[in-house]
Amino acid sequence: MSARKKLSTLFSRYAVVIIFVIITLAAIPPSGLSIKYILQEIITRLGRNSFLVLALLLPIYAGMGLNFGMTLGAMAGQVGLIFAVNYGIANWQGLVFAMLVGLPISVLLGWVCGLVMNMAKGREMVTGYILAFFINGIYQFFVMYMLGSVIPMGNKAIVLSRGYGIRNTLNLESVRQSLDNIVMLHVGGFSIPLVTFIIIALLCGFVVWFKKTKLGQDMRAVGQDMAVAEAAGIPVEKTRIVAIIISTVLACAGQIIFLQNMGNLATYNAHDQTGFFAVAAILVGGASVTHASIANVFVGVMLLHSMFVVSPLAGQKLFGSAMIGEYFRQFIGYGVIALSLVLYAWRTRKAAAEARLSLRGVQDDSAKGNGGTAVGNGGQA
Amino acid sequence: MRNLKTFIQDFGWPRIIIFFFLVALFVMAPFVRVRLDASVSDVLNRFGQNAIMVLAMVPMIQSGCGLNFGLALGLVAGLLGATLSLQLELHGMLGFLGAIVLAAPFSIILGWFYAKLLNKVKGEEMTIAMYVGFSFIMFMCIMWLVLPYNNPTMVWGYAGKGLRTTISVENYWLHILNNFLAIKIGQFFVFPTGLLLFVALFAFLMWLFLRSKTGTAMTAVGSNPDFARASGVDVDKMRTISVIISTFLGAVGIIVYEQSFGFIQLYTAPSPMVFPAVAAILIGGASINKASMANVLVGTILFQGLLTMTPSVINSLLQTDMSEVIRIIVSNGMILYALTRKVKVSK
Repeated sequence: MSARKKLSTLFSRYAVVIIFVIITLAAIPPSGLSIKYILQEIITRLGRNSFLVLALLLPIYAGMGLNFGMTLGAMAGQVGLIFAVNYGIANWQGLVFAMLVGLPISVLLGWVCGLVMNMAKGREMVTGYILAFFINGIYQFFVMYMLGSVIPMGNKAIVLSRGYGIRNTLNLESVRQSLDNIVMLHVGGFSIPLVTFIIIALLCGFVVWFKKTKLGQDMRAVGQDMAVAEAAGIPVEKTRIVAIIISTVLACAGQIIFLQNMGNLATYNAHDQTGFFAVAAILVGGASVTHASIANVFVGVMLLHSMFVVSPLAGQKLFGSAMIGEYFRQFIGYGVIALSLVLYAWRTRKAAAEARLSLRGVQDDSAKGNGGTAVGNGGQA
Repeated sequence: MRNLKTFIQDFGWPRIIIFFFLVALFVMAPFVRVRLDASVSDVLNRFGQNAIMVLAMVPMIQSGCGLNFGLALGLVAGLLGATLSLQLELHGMLGFLGAIVLAAPFSIILGWFYAKLLNKVKGEEMTIAMYVGFSFIMFMCIMWLVLPYNNPTMVWGYAGKGLRTTISVENYWLHILNNFLAIKIGQFFVFPTGLLLFVALFAFLMWLFLRSKTGTAMTAVGSNPDFARASGVDVDKMRTISVIISTFLGAVGIIVYEQSFGFIQLYTAPSPMVFPAVAAILIGGASINKASMANVLVGTILFQGLLTMTPSVINSLLQTDMSEVIRIIVSNGMILYALTRKVKVSK
């Protein structure tokens, strides 16, 4: 492999990260924010979002791509929180209760999601995305029509004035930051929610441990090649379902952590952007559809959110309109996902084309030129 | 009996359920004091409004690019054409056709780049198309704010720049197709002749195109790309053509929608318009690699019928508005159904 080619491969591998670092760094001076403020925001947002992003790891290991279906878990978590508020269970006990309610729902939804994705192998991502919309319809139906009518709600303050259905915004005062505030460290002017970070660290430990178990190894085998795994006696479909169930349950817990930090719940659309932000974060961190590590998660959350902090103000200063900054950050979020999916698909095809050429015995140097035309001709892998 | 069974299998349970649900809604309508003639008129109107956007799905499905989740690119091209037509003060039929002509270069250029991209990522088109569409909409949100439009009906009054979120076309080309040769029966029923004729014209052209040499080659690419390449068809070129046509039809589709709806909706408005178009063609019986004019016709009528009838009928029946929830469940359920079906080798 020539040096130039190596460099271009390296660039295409980390293009998203590089572009992102440049944009964010460029946006910091015009935003006028102090480094200290940005760092504190990043610490807060690491605690708030990391858990959700970690939920994406297992399906990537199992070769199912970015799990846009994680939104299902987020909805389960929200149902749990609604019940916790309804029964007036405050503080961290409320969060545990919400998790207990959310757990069976997210296991069920994860199982459904796994079944559906097994029916759409090779199209898991788009299927998960649409499934999230579909379940959103059922969630709306449940929260807007079932709660308060079929399922009695004791707390009338959270029910719409018509007598059933939950209000548009739910005040989570009783559980607000109850996890973060159990132990809040103050180090050098920064506030660090210790317990939240311990929980995130435990989850990282779990992921590392899980990869070494039999099930974790099976999952990676399935992710490498389903046919080979099947031949080796691994129950492929079941393994995939387990990966999705774990991811959904983690997303449920992640959403509860996220919302306790935010302090209020937009009942009908808090979950809309959950999958989008999580996926954007892990991709910004350098993950791809098939490869991701714990480091990608943290790098991604830090980069994505530092840009989210600075871009509205930078937009205000540079263009005289905060809306431009707001649109810009959404543009970047969606653009990053599109770009990394494109780079990934493009790399896979290029690798396949090169593999085919090497089978024909073409030398590496000329393969570069031919590889280009082979892609151009649409040589399908 | 066997025939019926294969028919049901081919047509699919979800579609049959939706069909009977719609029939039931129509039967129930008079009992809950919803006027049948007004409802039918509404359904016809909304069919015409949306049919071309649904038609835009056909070429890409046929050429094997899958469901065009990136239709937003075409919609934005249409919005550019429409706003430019207003900027140039084009009125009446001239304004409407002008909008289409002005949108054409944008849709062709965007479609070309979009096709180049999709050709590089075969097999992953749908997810990527979705995100390309979203990010382009966001990019255009910034553009709508900074582009130098200055027609007072379009820009924010106090700032004098930046386009409004909704722009009325009332003094330009409102209902230009709807009112063309429209037949009015009674107080509530209007038959939008011009609108339906326009849709029929485009459907006919598409029908013709699919039977032309290029159209046949395109279908061959969708059915079996390797076979098509072996018989000398340029796979990428065919896919490019299909994407450009789809993008252009998206542009025409939204302009037709606007003249009937009465407003140009900018900023994030195009993004929720893509999924209904996808859902409609699937309800009509298309799969992710096969679609026909009949699918467009049936699908748009069923889907728009459902959207028209559920708010009025269910609302009067249950005293609550569940139409939004039904819309979400039906349209996404339909897409999900199509994605999870085993892709059959097409005939």
